[in-house]
Amino acid sequence: MRYAYFPGCSYHGTGKEYEASTHAVAKKLGMELVTIPDWSCCGATAAHGKSHLLNVALPARNLAIAEGMGIGEVTTGCAACYQQLANANKRMTENQEIRDKVNKVTGKEYKGTLKVKSLVEAIGSIDPEQIKAQVVKPLSGLKVAAYYGCLLVRPPEITGFDDPENPMFMDNMMKLAGAEALDWAHKTECCGASLGVSNLGIAVKMINKILKAAVEKGADCMVVACPFCHLNLDWHQKSVNKQLGTTYDMPVFYFTELLGLAMGVSPDELGLKTHFTDTQKVLSLVG
Amino acid sequence: MESININQSIAKNAQFIEEIGIESGQPVQKCYQCGKCTAGCPVAFAMDYTPNQVIRMVQLGMKEELLKSETIWICASCSTCSTRCPCEVEIAHVMETLRIMAGRSGTAPAGKAKYVEVMYDALLGTVEKYGRTYEVGLVLNNNLKSGKLFNGADMGLPMFQKGKLQLMPSKVQGAAEIARIFAEVRKMEGGVK
Ligand code: SF4
Ligand code: SF4
Repeated sequence: MRYAYFPGCSYHGTGKEYEASTHAVAKKLGMELVTIPDWSCCGATAAHGKSHLLNVALPARNLAIAEGMGIGEVTTGCAACYQQLANANKRMTENQEIRDKVNKVTGKEYKGTLKVKSLVEAIGSIDPEQIKAQVVKPLSGLKVAAYYGCLLVRPPEITGFDDPENPMFMDNMMKLAGAEALDWAHKTECCGASLGVSNLGIAVKMINKILKAAVEKGADCMVVACPFCHLNLDWHQKSVNKQLGTTYDMPVFYFTELLGLAMGVSPDELGLKTHFTDTQKVLSLVG
Repeated sequence: MESININQSIAKNAQFIEEIGIESGQPVQKCYQCGKCTAGCPVAFAMDYTPNQVIRMVQLGMKEELLKSETIWICASCSTCSTRCPCEVEIAHVMETLRIMAGRSGTAPAGKAKYVEVMYDALLGTVEKYGRTYEVGLVLNNNLKSGKLFNGADMGLPMFQKGKLQLMPSKVQGAAEIARIFAEVRKMEGGVK
């Protein structure tokens, strides 16, 4: 299994644990992730506020380069990048006029032959038995609230897989890793995304609702598939506590970190020591 | 919320609904005000007009009020509304179109909306220059421009300590290609500062 891989701008900054754990898990599963040469920002969170055309052209440059790699499928861990790439791909493959216009803007020809998959979808399309075969340290007894947020599952005509209101693909993966996936109501509630940067006062109220729901269900930790969700739920957890007087202490993992742990990858290699909310209590729980 | 003279507004902007329909590709005229979009909107509590009000205002041609609103900027683009609308109006697309129109018309966003625009500009500024988002540059630039210098400052230090803020931007080799994209878009469409 080979994929053209789009790291996304958070890959060696805020989302570096995601990047590290993605490569560790891919190696275990025999997935080859070939980085798109000289990839550039997909424009997520900003371009859609400024120009319809820019919003397609920024991801399109990457699609054009990826198409030249002759691999056929693109994947990325970041939910926001995934949506940008998938949206540009859909618009450009379905509408010749848009494709010509965007190609003129980028100066690179994208023919529209690629398939874009999120990393969860890419890993989820591996035979479950093959994943299970790699699990050497099952996360027995660990209660996980799988949080999907928005961009992985909505709008369904772009994301096009699983149920947009009650997705299960990450829950299923956590079960393969031996954990207990909780049935809870806030799986797809928005965490505020970039409001965490521009209007923290609004974002903390949104984050609070999600953390509260996970705590009430008795979650030991949460699991996410997006650096933005992680930033808001992990980094801003302190802001929530400070501004709203709460006392959350909820570890938040990337799904690849928990898969990696179950596959016997060391916590250091997975980057578990650089979270803002301490992960130690979960690490001691799963030994 | 200001009081609004509906009659005057309709007369002035009769073609607005059509304009939005074409640019967003959404059948805004189909909305029958069930309120489902607002019921599920996670940001409604902070908006000056709720999502169903926004759609109604489009139908009524209230262009100026909409382009000035905070709602169109603080909408988190989560698409919960779009997924649930029984009339298949992708409200998130309408919000996006209004935001872009506001930019084109030179309407300066106020209040909470201002911080969103400042962030967009800072982000796109780093992308235009380096080809990628540069998080330190983003945080500093953003704070300077918005005047909220210490927004997140108590967070910045732990970020550094965890090695999560790069000190140097990583620049793509094809930076000229990125500059070209911005230049072409400006030429064709405008809207990007
Ligand atoms: S959900 Fe659709 S039909 Fe209902 S109020 Fe919102 S836009 Fe109108
Ligand atoms: S896309 Fe915007 S308007 Fe629609 S539910 Fe999300 S935040 Fe509300």
